[in-house]
Amino acid sequence: MKNFNALNLAREALRGHKGWEKQWTSPEPKKKYDVIIVGAGGHGLGTAYYLAKEHGITNIAVLEKGWLGGGNTGRNTTIIRSNYLYDESAGLYNHALKLWEGLSQDLNYNVMFSQRGVLMLAHSVHDVQSFQRHIHANRLNGVDNQWLSAQEAKDYCPPLNISKDSRYPIMGAALQRKGGTARHDAVAWGYARKATAMGVDIIQNCEVIGINRAPSGEVTGVETTKGTINAEQVGIVASGHSSVLMDMAGVQMPLESYPLQALVSEPVKPVFPCVAMSNAVHAYVSQSDKGELVIGAGTDSYLSYSQTGSMHILQHALDAIIEMYPMFSRMKMLRTWGGIVDVTPDRSPIIGKTPVKGLYVNSGWGTGGFKATPGSAHVFAHTIARDEPHKINAGFNLDRFRNGRLIDEAAAAAVAH
Amino acid sequence: MLLIHCPYCKAERPELEFSNAGQAHVVRPSNMEEMSDAEFETMFFIRDNPKGVNLERWRHAHGCGRFFNVVRNTITDKFLKVYKAGEPRPSDKEIAELNK
Amino acid sequence: MSTTPDFRIKGRGSRLGAKPVRFTFDGKTYEGIEGDTLASALIANGVHLMGRSFKYHRPRGVIGAGVEEPNALMDISRDNARSQPNVRATVQEIYDGLKAKSQNRFPSLAFDVNAANGLISPILTAGFYYKTFKWPAAAWDKLYEPIIRKAAGLGVSPTEEDPDRYSNRFVHCDVMVIGGGAAGLMAAKTAANKKKSVIICDENPSMGGWLLSDTDIRIDGKSGAEWAADMVAELTAMPNVRLLTRTTGFGYFQQNMVALNEQVTDHLSRPDPDSPRERMWQVRAGKVIIAQGAIERHMVFPDNDRPGILLAGAAQTFLNKYSVAVGQNVGVYTACDTAYAAAFDLAEEGINIPVIVDHRDEVSEEIQKQADEFGIRIITGAHVSGTSGKLRVNGMSVSKHTGNSDREDFDIDALIMSAGWTPSLHLYSQSRGKPEWDEATQRFLPGVSPQNCASVGGCNGTDDLADVFTEAAKAVGGKASKVKITDDVSTSGGFIGATGTSADKGKAFVDFQNDVTAKDIALAVREGMHSIEHVKRYTTNGMATDQGKLSNMHGLAIAAKLLDKPIPQVGLTTFRAPYTPTTFAAFIGHNRGKLFDVTRETPINDWAVEQGAEFEPVALWQRAMYFPKSGEDMHAAVDRECQTVRTKAGIFDASTLGKIEITGPDAAAFMDIMYTNGWSKLKPGRAKYGIMLREDGFIYDDGVIGKLADDRFHVTTTTGGAPRVMNMMEDFVQTEFPEMDVWLTSTTEQWATIAIQGPLARDIIKPLVTGANISNEKFPHMSVVECKVCGVPARLFRISFTGELGFEINVPADYGRAVWEAIWKQAEPKGACAYGTEAMHVMRAEKGYIIVGQDTDGTVTPYDAGLSWAIAKSKPDFVGKRGLTRPDLVADGRRQLIGLKTKDPKKVLQEGAQIVADPDQPIPMKMVGFVTSSYWSGSLDKSIAMAVVEDGFNLMGKTLYVPMEDETIEVEVTNTSFYDPKGERLHG
Repeated sequence: MKNFNALNLAREALRGHKGWEKQWTSPEPKKKYDVIIVGAGGHGLGTAYYLAKEHGITNIAVLEKGWLGGGNTGRNTTIIRSNYLYDESAGLYNHALKLWEGLSQDLNYNVMFSQRGVLMLAHSVHDVQSFQRHIHANRLNGVDNQWLSAQEAKDYCPPLNISKDSRYPIMGAALQRKGGTARHDAVAWGYARKATAMGVDIIQNCEVIGINRAPSGEVTGVETTKGTINAEQVGIVASGHSSVLMDMAGVQMPLESYPLQALVSEPVKPVFPCVAMSNAVHAYVSQSDKGELVIGAGTDSYLSYSQTGSMHILQHALDAIIEMYPMFSRMKMLRTWGGIVDVTPDRSPIIGKTPVKGLYVNSGWGTGGFKATPGSAHVFAHTIARDEPHKINAGFNLDRFRNGRLIDEAAAAAVAH
Repeated sequence: MLLIHCPYCKAERPELEFSNAGQAHVVRPSNMEEMSDAEFETMFFIRDNPKGVNLERWRHAHGCGRFFNVVRNTITDKFLKVYKAGEPRPSDKEIAELNK
Repeated sequence: MSTTPDFRIKGRGSRLGAKPVRFTFDGKTYEGIEGDTLASALIANGVHLMGRSFKYHRPRGVIGAGVEEPNALMDISRDNARSQPNVRATVQEIYDGLKAKSQNRFPSLAFDVNAANGLISPILTAGFYYKTFKWPAAAWDKLYEPIIRKAAGLGVSPTEEDPDRYSNRFVHCDVMVIGGGAAGLMAAKTAANKKKSVIICDENPSMGGWLLSDTDIRIDGKSGAEWAADMVAELTAMPNVRLLTRTTGFGYFQQNMVALNEQVTDHLSRPDPDSPRERMWQVRAGKVIIAQGAIERHMVFPDNDRPGILLAGAAQTFLNKYSVAVGQNVGVYTACDTAYAAAFDLAEEGINIPVIVDHRDEVSEEIQKQADEFGIRIITGAHVSGTSGKLRVNGMSVSKHTGNSDREDFDIDALIMSAGWTPSLHLYSQSRGKPEWDEATQRFLPGVSPQNCASVGGCNGTDDLADVFTEAAKAVGGKASKVKITDDVSTSGGFIGATGTSADKGKAFVDFQNDVTAKDIALAVREGMHSIEHVKRYTTNGMATDQGKLSNMHGLAIAAKLLDKPIPQVGLTTFRAPYTPTTFAAFIGHNRGKLFDVTRETPINDWAVEQGAEFEPVALWQRAMYFPKSGEDMHAAVDRECQTVRTKAGIFDASTLGKIEITGPDAAAFMDIMYTNGWSKLKPGRAKYGIMLREDGFIYDDGVIGKLADDRFHVTTTTGGAPRVMNMMEDFVQTEFPEMDVWLTSTTEQWATIAIQGPLARDIIKPLVTGANISNEKFPHMSVVECKVCGVPARLFRISFTGELGFEINVPADYGRAVWEAIWKQAEPKGACAYGTEAMHVMRAEKGYIIVGQDTDGTVTPYDAGLSWAIAKSKPDFVGKRGLTRPDLVADGRRQLIGLKTKDPKKVLQEGAQIVADPDQPIPMKMVGFVTSSYWSGSLDKSIAMAVVEDGFNLMGKTLYVPMEDETIEVEVTNTSFYDPKGERLHG
């Protein structure tokens, strides 16, 4: 495979870029693989990549009902951070963050990981208490996160309105300097390209319509729109559709799928230097390399697989954005879109084995899966290859809903008293 | 914004007046204490989450305040039937008919 | 030429007598006439250079005459606070004093240093950034990315808060017609005649659509413009019709909700200050008629982007609607009949048409005949193989498809082109309808929408005007009136994809703004991007501000050809709202500043404001946090307030507490289900602390509840918890226990609640209370009585959240302030004070009283919180009882709520600080808990804190550590009762 670098780019420029190879191929599925991954998003393609790279398993098919990277990987607002409260979450997301830092080199694909810093804005005494709790826990866990006063937050992010007259005045912010954004498509493509080079078959336009199990219960493969494909190990990484697939194997999941919307503005010259998020008023914003403001909204309140949502959700997100950054009100919305996020009762993912032998699941990322992509893929590959979880994802098991050992980041943020 | 028919107010109202209250017909047993951990997990955490017809609860929170049930298709978001809390779950046959 | 030629064609269109309008572009003053767009006025002045492209910063002129414009984007500023980037010059109407500025260039539009990017354009091909900038690892966001960012972006964001207003309307109608062209007007008129309520909108200042651009059409003998004007006049006269011009239907949502945005003032020189700038309409329609028309495509050929090269339809619009010729020597390149009409119209005005190059092998006899009449040469079976000119096109080369040997060059000052018309499927697709490929005409057309809508006219691929009328009328269940139509030009013909041969030099642009060429598409395909979504994302084709209105079909066709697949198999990218870019402000409407969210204020709020209190937001409420006297900071004020309460008394506005009245024969039974402790045996007149769990066993809310009678409870909840507690109670009473005879009423806003706490509390209120004996014997701690205070009916509680003798008086909210002031009149002379939430927090912490949401989060059980005494295990059922017995909730080593004493009593811990057993361990450290509440206690002259710590109940007296950034603080585990542990003062 021709290396992606400046020299080759210059060479190819001289001959009309005729020498670049396919980044991935479009093979017909074989009858049998060692491992089938269902879902060619960042998490699924990454899983195949790490299975090949670190566990020597290359006879893998990644099945995708649409086009690779076309689910939530290509639909999110690309925020990356790891300043989570609980040891389990901090461990998982910080594992991911460390992988992000070397991912472009590892994949030989510029995923444009930009450590622009992620600001989380505090709007009440309660927010302040909660953020301080995070900051202290993060420090002792070796996770970067610091407290900024309102003025310091404004110095870091000049468009921020810190007037005390705001409806929800900014009382300060938690800043993770190592957080930032990456180019979502490039993550999927980079994994797809490297996995392909190591022998993985990525089969697009191939929808899984059934999961086959032997009379003794274990997985034997999947039924697809391209026929039966056999494998003794099947990993489900299908975000919003994970519960639908698990249902095919007879496993009911603690998941609910909701529409999540996002939007971009028209592109403008650099004006927003970081990522800023506010949980209290539900809005997230950053500026893409292209110059668009990328804005994330909240989820709709009802289950839906329609990839569209209600306009009032977008309106509310914009209300909040302009509350915090009044100078953007004349900016124009260019495009909106929706994804389907699968949400667990404790808002933490499920990564691990299932009651069915040979069946593994990586799901429940809710609104925050992109940031975990390399870490999630890495530990999921380990889980499949060893048939036991990596210590980093051990806590993110399905059993926790039975024994009550939840990893409830949302509950820890609690609610105003 | 969805337009939802409240079976108590007998009127269509915008979604903003309502709150979604999750899966319908999840029964809280009277003998809770005898439930196994697995049964509790099923009642409290496991959800159908169907791609297709869903039976779900809504509350007319900023209206009459009543909870009611609906049959809705989660692919089209179309409401197929609305009925009052306490009324029986539509039969599978009826649901299939509604979803045609 | 020494002077700028005037390209105004006097007498063309209906613009004689229009007033002159003066405006500036990049600081230079120009004159246009009323009704011009910025683009038409500039072209009238001979200006085509209006912008620079995104990546290569190539000079660009106007391409279209409408919303599809990708190049002529400008900054329009009324003043510093009213700057608007990326305005399409083809849409902006000019007014006296308009100031327009070009974008994305430095130092000037004519000379842009970033145009040097063009020199290395072979490197800057599709996706080049994925292949490089990876070394060294840290350099991407430090070095490369800032350079790329600076070069990217188009306009400049406003930097000040927008002073303009925006409004929002909600309406219902029977028929919503989007688009006021021939089809839309006919549909609206037919529906209106049938007495339907109708709204018709159009994005332009006047309705008529293409009829305003085509001067040849005759409808019943009238010109298209006259017919449209008559239709508008008739519709305007009908009371059941609302016409909205300058109004774009930009979004189609569930259940026939359509969103429109109306431009109200952007075309005015001096807008009425009371008028909103834009108005958003959210329309719920019985039926939606989509009459969006079709958008012309450009031809994809080498160097097709020089200023002066534009769409033929746009040239026709500029001529017939705006009385402007796009040049004096205009070449034509087409694959569609409509471009001939544009060429002939220009020729009629004496504009030289040196050649019409038709990509097709033949043209109709009628066209040939007309061309002969004008003496225009047509070259068929040929393509434009290149153009010349730096800031304006000045020449074109034409080659036959058969080879380049017979190349001919022509001098031109403009080149108009048409590759045919793309039906606008935007809103149809947003309605979740699937576009269907029509092989015969090589275009996507609407199929059947799942919503109640119909596409009519150009957007439905209907070409013939008579058919359009029939179809439009039929869509609303009517019949079109018979009209006689002549000289309707067919939109048949067309081409998608890149023209020319591989021998051609130069860049053939598919997407102008994003600088995507046919070669970029080919590269993407070569690299394995076989889904159109991949092609789009890899090349950014169709992702510019026009969202692919011109480029999508070309990109798709080029990819499909290379893949040797039928177009529909490669797929069509999804259309997403909004149809055209829409200001954030329009979505927000009035929800700005204080109206961003509701602010709840208590009846006593104004008193606190008058006293100079500092406030804090708590849920939706604003609450007085402390009452500083002059010179006091928060610490001093809170200290004083606490001391005053502990030694004398204080009064506190507790009105924000949630309150729910629970009544009915089964009230107590219901309470027994909702709360962990027992309520049936509680005597009327007594109150009790109650804890509510979620079904999973974790603490949900708490509060003191008074039993007024066997069938009546006065429940209080936390300030933020009231709505969700009420919701959960309603859920249980309506769906789980419908057989219970019990009624719930939210009374939070009905009662003002005034707490009087401190040793003098009884003395203060005694003179005001009638109808109750409030002596310690008759009215002990945790009592409730209905009586009168200041003659007002009241519910009086004897309770304390401070550990002092305390009362809480509930009076009807309207009397709240009067009663408060009456109490204050008693209290102030006795040396009592008003205190705020911060002093309340300190005093409750001194007593070890928890605050749900601070000392507990959603992971704490009542056992963890040391509240096992409040759980009636003997009750057969309560919400959360089963959940509490799950394995992890009864496991050893759970985090439990304890007190902390700092070794240095002056040291106040930080809330949220983490606790470890071993301070010397390496990072990551094993954390055993964290500080939930921490204050300086003036009464105890030392710091106090509460924390949750693993196995905390068993660690009493043990030393733990709080590692801070700059020090490690030693703490001792204690119980949580710091002040008056025996509780004697409560009973005083």
